[in-house]
Amino acid sequence: MQQIFTKAMARNIFLGSAAIFLVIYIALSVDTWRQIPVRDHADQLTDAVKRGKYLMDSNNCIGCHTVNGEGAYFAPELGNVYTRRGPEFIKAWIQTQPTGIAGRRQMPHFQFTDAQYEDLIAYFKWLSNIDTNHWPPNTQG
Amino acid sequence: MNNSSQSVAKPYFIAALALFLGQILFGLVAGMQYLDGSFLFPAIPFSTSRMVHTNLLIVWLLMAYMGAAYFIVPEEAQTPLFSPKLALATFWIFLIAGAATILGYLFVPYDQLAAATGNAVVPTMGRGYLEQPLPTKIGIVLVALSLLFNITMTLIKGRKTSLNVILVVALWGLALLFLPAFYFPDDTVKASYGWWWVVHGWVEGDWELILSSLLGFILIKMTGVDREIIEKWLYVIIAMTLVSGIIGIGHHYYYTGAPEYWIWLGSIFSAIEPIPFIMLIAFAFKTLFQRRREHPNKAAMLWAMGTPIVAFLGAGLWGFMITLAPVQFYAHGTNLTAAHGHLAFFGAYAMVSMAIISYAMPLLRGRTANSVRSQRWEMTGFWTMVISMMGITLALTGAGLVTMFTQRMGANPSSFMEVADSSKAFFWIREIAGVGFLLGLLSYLTSFFIPGEYAYAAEVKRAVA
Repeated sequence: MQQIFTKAMARNIFLGSAAIFLVIYIALSVDTWRQIPVRDHADQLTDAVKRGKYLMDSNNCIGCHTVNGEGAYFAPELGNVYTRRGPEFIKAWIQTQPTGIAGRRQMPHFQFTDAQYEDLIAYFKWLSNIDTNHWPPNTQG
Repeated sequence: MNNSSQSVAKPYFIAALALFLGQILFGLVAGMQYLDGSFLFPAIPFSTSRMVHTNLLIVWLLMAYMGAAYFIVPEEAQTPLFSPKLALATFWIFLIAGAATILGYLFVPYDQLAAATGNAVVPTMGRGYLEQPLPTKIGIVLVALSLLFNITMTLIKGRKTSLNVILVVALWGLALLFLPAFYFPDDTVKASYGWWWVVHGWVEGDWELILSSLLGFILIKMTGVDREIIEKWLYVIIAMTLVSGIIGIGHHYYYTGAPEYWIWLGSIFSAIEPIPFIMLIAFAFKTLFQRRREHPNKAAMLWAMGTPIVAFLGAGLWGFMITLAPVQFYAHGTNLTAAHGHLAFFGAYAMVSMAIISYAMPLLRGRTANSVRSQRWEMTGFWTMVISMMGITLALTGAGLVTMFTQRMGANPSSFMEVADSSKAFFWIREIAGVGFLLGLLSYLTSFFIPGEYAYAAEVKRAVA
């Protein structure tokens, strides 16, 4: 057995399989790249949406929340928060944070302008339209 | 250990363990905030404690890998490290930059940190594990380049064993796979797709190569088994890692906006991702049984045997539990992922780091092995940490299952916070297990302060009696 299956053969299996699967992955990614703009309506990525996204990222919202299931599990999903809560609720909610109720999970206070709220909500709306293969299972996220 | 240049590994290992302790303390803070939401608020919001917890994890593992590289590469190459001075300078730069970043997280609000570090020009911040400000990210690249230059030159200069080549190539892979951290497009779906190049590429690809080569090195040294056999195993294991892991990345694409075919591809290939871990167990134990010597460092052997088992449980079994698309439809974005993440990171990467530290540190301190008393503290630490981490994993699994069944299923699904309130018992178990983990870590750290070398004569006498 040891003579039949040599180390050089093992190495070649490693190099060969790595190369083959890498090529397959790259080909699939090229196709995925073509499909993503259709699935997430990239044509609706307005400047407001982009600013809203920047606001989310630069405040580390996924440090507590998730977006399409990715992030932390300390606070609710935001990918579908627009559908679940609607724009007015979202704005009012952020403005009243933190609640200060002892023992409740606290969200920091973010000092946003009205324009920034509009950007943020535009981003949430854009997120809610992504084709995520029907995830989450219901609006509770 | 065959040359003094390897001693540069020592500060890396010491710093790694100090940062590990920091990671656990912030983990306890974050865990406490699940029980009392106003704990330490607003001084340390949950997003900060979690970010410090996960970023310290990355930094201490990188420290440990770098220490391991500076220890192993010259040893395998049978030649001194190309530049020990550069390695030492790199250490201080990395430690100071890492510490400054953590202090930035703790004392500067995240948006101000972003504004002060040019995030508006080159946005990279605000993604899990990659929260670092731009200067830190650039620093990580420079530190990696310095390491790669140093060990590649050493490899070129010396003996080129397969194990050494695998390790050096894997470290190149680690650096290259970090580069997508600078790619953060406006399109969230594309951003998420690219984020996994770093995260999946590291933990379900490249780092498994590092894990395999570290384990291979320890086994060659400790068991005296023929290098040819061990290196052949390594190639087959890492081949299987990439066969399953490259397309296996699809299990992150099911519900994040990528096309539907990933549901099939991801399910099929990630379902075979446990196989390399099963092979790693077979490899470790087969090598153990065929050993040609009894190494006095029993603690290092315990780490080396424990690593593939716990890695299989965390990465293999817990990973498999949530990897199939129909399961993940309900499990995605719940604490089931956190359960898997905790046991996998600990079993695979924290444990292999402690295995190499356990093997190398006595040598770096001029001993073959630590005294029996010291090893007893270390092995107590091993068992306490492993059992506690199982407790953390089971508790988070429980919390995840509650979310699955009450928030994701049924005609009247509960809201996020209702579910969180009804999961408190699990979060208590997690926190108590976390305290147990801290005690295990303290026991492990204590072993370093117990003086004395392994006394052959006394141990032989005791064994005979």
